Amino acid sequence: MIFLQLFWVYVKIGLFNFGGGYAMLSLIQDEVVDRHSWITMQEFTDIVAVSQMTPGPIGINSATYVGYTAVLNSGYPPDMAVLGSFIATFAVCLPSFILILIISYYFARFKKNRYVASAFCGLRPAAVGLIAAAALLLMNSENFIDYKSFLIFGSAFFLTWKLNVHPILTIIIAGLSGLLLYG
Amino acid sequence: MYLTLFITFMRIGAFTIGGGYAMLPLIEREVVGRGWISKQDFFDIFTISQSMPGVFAVNISIFLGYRLKKIPGSLVCVLGAILPSFLIILSVAVFFTHIQDNVWVERAFKGLRPAVVALILVPCLTAAKSAGLTWKTAFIAVVTALLIWLLNVSPIYVVIAAATGGILYGLRIKKG
Repeated sequence: MIFLQLFWVYVKIGLFNFGGGYAMLSLIQDEVVDRHSWITMQEFTDIVAVSQMTPGPIGINSATYVGYTAVLNSGYPPDMAVLGSFIATFAVCLPSFILILIISYYFARFKKNRYVASAFCGLRPAAVGLIAAAALLLMNSENFIDYKSFLIFGSAFFLTWKLNVHPILTIIIAGLSGLLLYG
Repeated sequence: MYLTLFITFMRIGAFTIGGGYAMLPLIEREVVGRGWISKQDFFDIFTISQSMPGVFAVNISIFLGYRLKKIPGSLVCVLGAILPSFLIILSVAVFFTHIQDNVWVERAFKGLRPAVVALILVPCLTAAKSAGLTWKTAFIAVVTALLIWLLNVSPIYVVIAAATGGILYGLRIKKG
C-alpha cells in the first residue's frame, strides 16, 4: 500500500533528519530512490533543481514532489497522486509538530530554571555562529558565478542592513536584476 | 489574529528561497518587527529549532505559532508556511515538468542566489547585537561558525557543547 509506505518513509525522514535541508537530501535519496525505487535518480536530480528554483524549504518541496510522482509512477490517476503529495508533506511535518509541542510545554516552565538560563548563556553566542556558518556555506561557486554575483550580494546587503528595505522587496529586486544582468 | 498569522507565515513561505535559513530575515522582520515576540526570545527559539530534527522552517513556524497562540497558533503558522511551497511544487509536478530548463527562471535565480546569502548575514548581525557579544562570547560564535563551515560538524553537536559550556560556566560562577 503505497500511501502507508509514503507516510512512514516521510515520518522517518522528518524524525531522523538533523542539520538542515541539504543534509536531508542523502536520506531522502536513500529511501525514495535506492530502497523503494519510487522515482529514478534523474527525477531526483530534477527535484533538487526545482527545489532550488522555487520558494520553500527543500524538505517540504521534495515531500510534495515525491509524493505526487511516486503515486503516479505506481499507476494511480493524478487525483490520487495529489493525495500522495499531501500525505508525504503531512508526514514530514508530523514528528516536528509532536516534538515541539512537548518542548514548548516544558520550555515555558523551565525557562526560569538556573541551569536552563546558564545553558542559554552559551547558546546565544553559538546561534550567531550557526547563522554565520549558514551564510558561509552558501558562499560557493554555484551561488557566486561571476563579479555580478558579488555586485548583487553587496547591494542586497546594503539595501536590507543599511536602508532597512524589507527582505521580500530585496528578493524581488534581486530576481529582476538577474533577468537584466544575465540577459 | 489567526488570519494575520496565517497570511504573515504564508508570505514568509512564499519568499523563502534557498532553504530554511533564508527564512530567518523574513521571520525576524515580520515577527520581531511587529513586536509579537522579543528579539532574544526569537533567537532562543531559533537555536532550539536548529537543534531539532525535521525541516527547520517547519520547526520554527510551529514554535513561534505555539508561543503566540498555543496549539491553534502553531497549526495556523505551519500551514501558512508550507502552503505556498506545496501549491507551487504541486503545479510544477503537474504542469511545469521542465521548469528547471526555463531560461527566464534560470536568469532570475542567478540574481536571487547571492542576494539570499546577503539576506542571511543580516539576522546574523542582529543576533550578534541582541546577544550582546563581548570578546569572550564572540569567540564562541567564531568557533561555532568555523566548526560547521570548515570541519563539517553537525550543528546539533555544537548546540549541545554550547549548552553544556553555559551550564558549567554558570556552576563555576556560583562556586567562585
